[in-house]
Amino acid sequence: MASTAIHDSAVLHQHDDHGHDHGHHKETFITKYIFSQDHKMIAKQFLITGIVMAVVAMILSILFRLQLAWPDESFPLLETFLGEKWAEGGRIKPDFYLAIVTIHGTMMVFFVLTAGLSGTFSNLLIPLQLGARDMASPFLNMISYWLFFTSCVIMMCSFFVESGPASSGWTVYPPLSALPKAISGSGTGMTLWLISMVLFVASSLIGALNYISTILNMRTKGMDMWKMPLTIWAFFLTAIVGVLSFPVLVSAVVLLIFDRSFGTSFYLSDIVVAGQILPNQGGSPVLWQHLFWFLGHPEVYIVIMPALGITSEVIATNSRKPIFGYHAMVYSLIGITVLSFIVWGHHMFVTGMNPFLGGVFMITTLIIAVPSAVKTFNYLATIWRGNLRFTPAMLFAIGLVSFFISGGLTGLFLGNAALDINLHDTYFVVAHFHLVMGCAAIFGMLCGVYHWYPKMFGRLMDERLGYIHFWLTFIGAYLVFFPMHFMGIDGVPRRYYAFTEFAFMQEWLTVNVFVTWAAIISALAQVAFLWNFFYSIFYGKKSPQNPWDSNTLEWTAPVKHLHGNWPGEIPSVYRWPYDYSKPGHYTDFIPQTTPFSETMSSNLLHDFEGNPEAEHIQQEWDRQNASERHNPEQV
Amino acid sequence: MENLQVEDRLNLKAKKFLMWLFIIASFMMFAALTSGFIVYTEGNAERGIKVLLPKAFMYSSVIIILSSITAHMAYLAAKNLQLGKQKLYILLTILLGIAFFYSQFQAWQALYNSGAYFVNYNASQSFIYVFSGAHLIHVIVGLFFLIYALIGAIRNIPQVRNVFRMEVASIFWHFLDILWIYLYVFLLLNQ
Repeated sequence: MASTAIHDSAVLHQHDDHGHDHGHHKETFITKYIFSQDHKMIAKQFLITGIVMAVVAMILSILFRLQLAWPDESFPLLETFLGEKWAEGGRIKPDFYLAIVTIHGTMMVFFVLTAGLSGTFSNLLIPLQLGARDMASPFLNMISYWLFFTSCVIMMCSFFVESGPASSGWTVYPPLSALPKAISGSGTGMTLWLISMVLFVASSLIGALNYISTILNMRTKGMDMWKMPLTIWAFFLTAIVGVLSFPVLVSAVVLLIFDRSFGTSFYLSDIVVAGQILPNQGGSPVLWQHLFWFLGHPEVYIVIMPALGITSEVIATNSRKPIFGYHAMVYSLIGITVLSFIVWGHHMFVTGMNPFLGGVFMITTLIIAVPSAVKTFNYLATIWRGNLRFTPAMLFAIGLVSFFISGGLTGLFLGNAALDINLHDTYFVVAHFHLVMGCAAIFGMLCGVYHWYPKMFGRLMDERLGYIHFWLTFIGAYLVFFPMHFMGIDGVPRRYYAFTEFAFMQEWLTVNVFVTWAAIISALAQVAFLWNFFYSIFYGKKSPQNPWDSNTLEWTAPVKHLHGNWPGEIPSVYRWPYDYSKPGHYTDFIPQTTPFSETMSSNLLHDFEGNPEAEHIQQEWDRQNASERHNPEQV
Repeated sequence: MENLQVEDRLNLKAKKFLMWLFIIASFMMFAALTSGFIVYTEGNAERGIKVLLPKAFMYSSVIIILSSITAHMAYLAAKNLQLGKQKLYILLTILLGIAFFYSQFQAWQALYNSGAYFVNYNASQSFIYVFSGAHLIHVIVGLFFLIYALIGAIRNIPQVRNVFRMEVASIFWHFLDILWIYLYVFLLLNQ
């Protein structure tokens, strides 16, 4: 493969030129910033593309919130910006409303929380935290980013076609999505959606293959699996979920494309459009739902697991305590990974599913609460009596835990096949998933951005703006989504265009106004973030090498980025990454690269994993230095 | 320099592992298609394959098994530094791959003649085309891998890389073989 030669020569250069001067890479602007094969640069590309997509998707959400709050009001400004076609007389048209709801969902789930989150942090942290020079295949890594970028561009293009973007919801259920004549959004817009998704799947698959291979094959000396930071465990399992579930979406999409463009009947049967009976017979729309949700449900874990991993790392570092229950954290991630594949049916309780099958899916769904709760309690136990440092990253991590609890609890109701009859497709669902995977995952992502910003750009973000950003977003998000639970319990369906059309929904209009104001405030809070992010790239305070006194390997790499990450040899690893505030040690953190021979005063016997020689040496030392030991009886 | 060689070897190992992962991903795609077939066909008694599978599918199976053997011979030759033999066997594998293509088209022709069209109100029959078509796309990719290995052998690239390319190509080619047999047996069982 072409990448082999390129990558190896890069490593070669690294070694040969080391010690002469550091401006030796003959990189042009294009190879450094555009078609870069360096994982750190690719991470930044993913992040910034993800942020741009997040802003677009957020603006879309404000647009449909305006419609929901003031369905009868006219906003002439909207007509100025969106034109007569979409906002005639300053009111958002029904077709456009459906389109922006759809694209908001697609962009947020796939572009922001999958590519923006996994793409950024897996690329940045896997080689740096494991001690690798780069990914298994830097070339494929580059391809992965550019496929993602292309898919974003194609999705954006769908706003500029005559019939508008896809508008059958982010789950694009056929027959609505399969019939170009059904609604205007199912025309060219839907075709572009499908093309964009195929490219996206290719991108995330290539990414995931790279992450798994790198984690399994390219760890530095001493870094066995049980010494990996929880971030890496989370990225690893996320990538496995991706490899097993994304191909299924490709299959589903391929069949949908055949139905749309070739006249097959995989999903279509007995349909009348505008008085005309369609020839398609014998298809099964429920087939799509099976295939889609076999990806769709693992997808929500693809979204949340990296956020959970990032949070584990940030909470432990900023509590100055070892993460509580490291093994339990890993096993619960593994549990979530396995269970995520056998719960998809809970999205389909009301499709006429066999009640027995519904019961099975209900049980598997409710079991997921167990590993999730283990993780939550472990976060709380880590924070408990810790020496907390409320950096912006820490606040966002705690915010994630809060959303994960409040959003996760409602999952118990939705996972219940009987209750779901009432709650299905209502605002209760909207509230549930926005809290548990929307807010929680985006908080995990923001937490990661604040925490690893110094690693990415060599500078620090402004803390005060970070605090403003956190509090406004945190309170705003709760004010947006909490009221939706009550709307859902009252039976208000999601995706409806105007609450004025139904008597029972009218009384919720005032709540909608409240929610929209909350949404506007939290959207404005993001300006603080955007300013902070882009300003600090150029003018932020210069960061020291290890700004958070953290243990993991990435903080041993020089602030200035090198192709190959470390000058000279890659550091070896001797201990797990969570030796914070270890009794007997003179600092409150011991980096993974510190051998036990340098920390005799704090070593515990179980540190040596049953190595009798090391134990013997330690016991010998303890006897000679009994006075220096804080807790000699522990040994 | 020694360090470098170690890193280099590890790198190749990691890259070879990428191929295994890709195989898992692509198997998942076919697992989805075949389980889609089951979900669809079980839903209604009127659905199902309901035609005899064309004989050409059997010929295809023989061809692809043969090509798998030649691919393995090429790999062995590469390992033993018999470059001439390696090139010959790669070429044979490529030719057999093309023959496989031809045979699959024949099968489609036969299906079409027996009334099992792609555009069909019994999508179980459309599924046959989707299975074999998706497999053929993988075969195209496999051919590229073989050609890439062939070019390497012709250009006389370093042996480590030559074996690496050859190994990756043959792993993938064996996968294509096993995948087709899986699909064919699956279809036979559902006939």
